[in-house]
Amino acid sequence: MKIHEYQAKEIFKNYGIKIPNSILCERREDIETLINKASIPCVIKAQVHSGARGKAGGVKVAKDKTSAIEIANNILGMELKSSQAGVKKVNKILIEDCVDIKKELYLSLTFDRLNEGISLIISTEGGMDIEEIAKTAPKKILTQLITEDFNPEKIVKDMGFNDKINSQICDIIGKLYKICKEKDASLVEINPLVITNQDEVIAIDAKMNFDDNSLFRQEDILKLKDETEENPLELEAQKFGLNYIKLDGTIGCMVNGAGLAMATMDIIRLAGKDAANFLDVGGGASSEKIEKAFKILISDKNLEGVFINIFGGILRCDFLAEGVKNAIQSLKIDIPVIVRMEGTNKAQGAEILNNSGLKFKVVNDLNEAIEVIRKI
Amino acid sequence: MSIYIDKNTKLIVQGITGKEGSFHAKSCLEYGTKLVGGVTPNKGGSQILGVNVYNSVKEAQQKLQADASIIFVPARFAQGAIIEAAEAGIKLIVCITEGIPVYDMINVKKIVKQNGARLIGPNCPGLITPLESKIGIMPSNIHKKGNVGVVSRSGTLTYEAVYQLTQLGLGQSTCIGIGGDPIIGTSFIDVLKEFQDDPNTDAICMIGEIGGSAEEEAADFIKDYVTKPVVSFIAGLSAPEGKRMGHAGAIISGGKGSASGKMKALTSSGVYVCKNPADLGITIKNVLKDRGLLND
Repeated sequence: MKIHEYQAKEIFKNYGIKIPNSILCERREDIETLINKASIPCVIKAQVHSGARGKAGGVKVAKDKTSAIEIANNILGMELKSSQAGVKKVNKILIEDCVDIKKELYLSLTFDRLNEGISLIISTEGGMDIEEIAKTAPKKILTQLITEDFNPEKIVKDMGFNDKINSQICDIIGKLYKICKEKDASLVEINPLVITNQDEVIAIDAKMNFDDNSLFRQEDILKLKDETEENPLELEAQKFGLNYIKLDGTIGCMVNGAGLAMATMDIIRLAGKDAANFLDVGGGASSEKIEKAFKILISDKNLEGVFINIFGGILRCDFLAEGVKNAIQSLKIDIPVIVRMEGTNKAQGAEILNNSGLKFKVVNDLNEAIEVIRKI
Repeated sequence: MSIYIDKNTKLIVQGITGKEGSFHAKSCLEYGTKLVGGVTPNKGGSQILGVNVYNSVKEAQQKLQADASIIFVPARFAQGAIIEAAEAGIKLIVCITEGIPVYDMINVKKIVKQNGARLIGPNCPGLITPLESKIGIMPSNIHKKGNVGVVSRSGTLTYEAVYQLTQLGLGQSTCIGIGGDPIIGTSFIDVLKEFQDDPNTDAICMIGEIGGSAEEEAADFIKDYVTKPVVSFIAGLSAPEGKRMGHAGAIISGGKGSASGKMKALTSSGVYVCKNPADLGITIKNVLKDRGLLND
């Protein structure tokens, strides 16, 4: 789960990490009043779940009040286009004090899959994406797995700053580690972490991701979820315990199991088409759940056809057939529906579909499915 | 022969009185698995499926000396359940539970290792040695005894591969789902090594997916160590970057973990990589035929 910069900064504040003063603005009619309260010059920052906001025109400095109001009006409500997250509407902006910058650093703690721990990543080349730094100045990135005998002082010392700065950076690293452990954060990133002319170290940006699996014990974090950032169909699916991800293709698919769902998307690609979604209905899906899944899937307007690929281990083919039949009957669907079922009660499932009076194409294996999808 | 489990493996079920636990325990028992007992806190002293239920793994272990445990407890209790099994001296722990927090797993792995246990999973279908023992949730009837070892990060995709093999008359030595999470107890490499050393395994079917670098590491290992033929499919060639494809571990991020990169690494290690998952069975059949290893 992702949260906004202003929310992440609130967490920083609670942990004693220095951040600039700022005001959050959510309504156009509040802009003028809030700008009047802000220090000038200020930075206006779009609050959307996306990296590279600056490049997309979502972060701008205002030198006086008039331009601050103008910029705030432009950014609030704008459609922010970024390479990382596509198009996102800006519903909130942060009006933040400008900080005088002597040096920008990159600092993050992240779940390190390869080493199965938390790793520290630090660089003296802050301000850019870490991927960009990795390309342009790979020697300036230091990565260190945090083990029990981890000591940040040694790493920080090598960067050549004075003791006042070093002790502040070490303190922040310790606090970020605490956030990871206490809040189940899988990523805590400050980019840039700024050293001011007074040698103060301040986080002028904040990014935090959390492990979805841990949200059951992170009620405070779960409250920070911004549903306007999520795809409405994906949200709807989540409510029914379905794993649905909207994609750009034209062939809808419904599968049980994540691995088989991915393989099914690959099969659609082999047939010269692209999947319109990823949809894993899970193991023990009932016919009601299948019906719901099918309705979500079919509400995608770009569909040319649907491919249902179920390997019934726990899931019974007759339940599946019943659910799909009911969904199609109530929705009056006129695009081709291709069904491949294998496993428990396969014959009963096929019988339900064949006797339904509806047009299904039941295929026997994946290669036959490819041929049929190709002809859509 | 087989790997990890055979007809003598004594199994306990953690969470045996729950809906999932009792359903699958019954299926394992019916398959012929040597089910010796179960554990559910506060239900000790009762009986289910003809075996005794204990309050803790430690208590069960004193009476039963089980070799393996399968875990069905909810995600929030799974860390405790795995640690309990490891500390009670269970040597093979199979965790089916999905959705365990990643930081719990960092902790779990250390403790499992300290106790000299092997963990399979979490978020996996378990494992089966056909006609001998099933410690998992896979549909029993698709399996057939034979000489192909199957290892996979996914559940239903494994069933798909096994089904294709069985349809072609090819049996399996052992089939293992290692799980779809970023941190898992048993890696491809662990299983590949076992299959290579198992005299009854002649070919290996390895099913990977996007995310992480387990397949690339497996490719390096295969190059140096595995002489048996390996046939592979990697799911997610059509998956976009930055989207988590169901499994917590299945995500391409920062340009890393793509299917094409994994396929390339495996191909360069001499693995037969199928682009079409429908071709897994036939490819294995052809490879076995070429090497004179077809049993029938």
